[in-house]
Amino acid sequence: MSVNVKVPILTVDNLKVHFPVDTGTFFTKNKTLKAVDGVSFQLHEGETLSVVGESGCGKSTLGRAVLQLLHNTDGQVVWMGQSITGHSVKEMRPLRKQMQIIFQDPLASLDPRMTIGEIIAEPLVTHHPELAGKAVRYRVREMMDIVGLLPRMINRYPHEFSGGQCQRIGIARAMILQPRVIVCDEPVSALDVSIQAQIINLLGELQQKFGLSLLFISHDLSIVRHISHRVMVLYLGNVMEIADKDDLYNSPKHPYTQALISAVPAPDPAVRKKRVVLKGDLPSPIDPPSGCVFRTRCLYADEQCSQKKPDLVDCSTSGLNRRHQVACYKIETIDD
Amino acid sequence: MNDNIILEVKNLNTRFDTPDGEVAAANEISFTLKKGESLGVVGESGSGKTQIFMALMGLLAKNGKTTGEAIFKGQNILGLPVTELNKVRGVSLSMIFQDPMTSLNPYLKVSRQMTEVLIEHQGMSQKEALEKSIEMLELVGIPEARKRVHMYPHEFSGGMRQRVMIAIALLCEPNLLIADEPTTALDVTIQAQILDLLHDLKDKLGMSIVMITHDLGVIASMCDHVMVMYGGRVVETGSVQALFSDAKHPYTRGLLQSMPRIDGDHNEDLYAIPGQPPNLQALPQGCAFQPRCQYATDLCQQERPPTTEFDAGRTASCHQLSSAFHTSSPVKKNPVHVVEGVL
Repeated sequence: MSVNVKVPILTVDNLKVHFPVDTGTFFTKNKTLKAVDGVSFQLHEGETLSVVGESGCGKSTLGRAVLQLLHNTDGQVVWMGQSITGHSVKEMRPLRKQMQIIFQDPLASLDPRMTIGEIIAEPLVTHHPELAGKAVRYRVREMMDIVGLLPRMINRYPHEFSGGQCQRIGIARAMILQPRVIVCDEPVSALDVSIQAQIINLLGELQQKFGLSLLFISHDLSIVRHISHRVMVLYLGNVMEIADKDDLYNSPKHPYTQALISAVPAPDPAVRKKRVVLKGDLPSPIDPPSGCVFRTRCLYADEQCSQKKPDLVDCSTSGLNRRHQVACYKIETIDD
Repeated sequence: MNDNIILEVKNLNTRFDTPDGEVAAANEISFTLKKGESLGVVGESGSGKTQIFMALMGLLAKNGKTTGEAIFKGQNILGLPVTELNKVRGVSLSMIFQDPMTSLNPYLKVSRQMTEVLIEHQGMSQKEALEKSIEMLELVGIPEARKRVHMYPHEFSGGMRQRVMIAIALLCEPNLLIADEPTTALDVTIQAQILDLLHDLKDKLGMSIVMITHDLGVIASMCDHVMVMYGGRVVETGSVQALFSDAKHPYTRGLLQSMPRIDGDHNEDLYAIPGQPPNLQALPQGCAFQPRCQYATDLCQQERPPTTEFDAGRTASCHQLSSAFHTSSPVKKNPVHVVEGVL
């Protein structure tokens, strides 16, 4: 699969999403929850960029802000050279055709009172009201066939389908307008292992066939390794590391990435490896640590880390125009 | 009887009466577990893996019933009256559940939920019980246990709550701990902490652990023996090494191959088992896995496969064990297009 490096389809620059939090008293100042705090990346055509991190690290918020389903507090989202930051619903509508989303809970994201034919057709009917009913149904059947659903099930309701099939319905709905970007928000984490593999293969197949770009949000590092071209590691709304898949997994630079990768139990009893076990829990994003947000759980943290937030710096060892960026002061002292 | 055997389950069957007829959730389950060993139970949702152990604990839903025998420390615990059962469960037999938020009582402080167990089962005084609770919270790695014991469950994070659950389960130093998906709801870094903790505790207290999970990675890193379930039956058992290096049943093989691996080959498609996990209410004829199995023959569609024992504790239930697929290398490529099963 070749990735066109020249044309970023989506550019995100210093994106911040902050939520005001009511502290409950009249006299104290309201606090802000910094869900996403200065994230920048580019997504190219035909590429899969994965966003990984623990729950509460802001990965879903990032996905929604990229699609402008949530308005960002600061920063820019640029869609094919045109800024879409702060666009109103009406201004966004024509662009929605090109950017779609798949949600985590396959059944909850489908209206139980609509047949799956109606569900899959809905985006098409909204954006192309001129299409005749017959043409719509033809397109729906065609799309059902592509995602591996039997077209004769078009009149059934979501509850008649299993989790994996519901996710296929969600994918068909996202695909029917032939978008250029799909944000996949934990699309397989609610599914059984054998069904997970089916859906991952389907996404890969669709990407090849239609040249889709995917922003793949997941907490499962094994799946991410399988599906991505590039991976971005998020911690408390900040990018810790972003790199090509193989660079990231073969030589993770950031201590958080190293811990994340080593925490995944390998499905092989012969490699009962010693894990880097992080102490403690994720700090609250309302009161993040000063300086580097990861320093409270980091093995290498010292005085310097609490002063100022580290910038993302380039540390590529190989590669031509791809970059391996890390936000850490201590990369020199940490061995791979 | 061997003194080393802590739990022996013989021919356990679990049935549920539903408006649509009887559902057989677990059938002809037999296994033994030795002292200090850990057993992994793997299967997809609806394979009956949880129901076996809910039956052992006497926690089946009202419409459920169980037959068979479960000898725990020389006593059959199936069908015991509640008062008798209460002398066993929570004392020498404990269980932890998947979701720590729903299994702790949100209205009661952790201290109350912990001391209750000790006062009831061991006749301790309030003060002794509190001391013991704090000690246990420290053992499972809760910082400032003396302060935090007086908090409510919502004041703990997910990983901390799961630790509290484990602490409660361990209060009476059980001989057997049943962990039902203990880390599924947790992040990987917290999962690593909990798995390490269970490992340490197993060595320290010499307990046996049953780990119910769908994550083969957890099994590989934790367990000595594995039991694979499909459609309410055991399809394969064996030591963890044997099962991972030489899986006999096509379902086990498919499961192992369909796992995306963090340490493996990443440029090919994943192997995907076609079709859907079976509905227990409408199991297929013959072998339950037959509609999804690429080696199925007419025999598989007619008769349920017998269980073949290769070694002590190494079994598989499949008609095709001797056939070609065991000598050839497993199929890598997917069927071109997966069309989902009939509805």
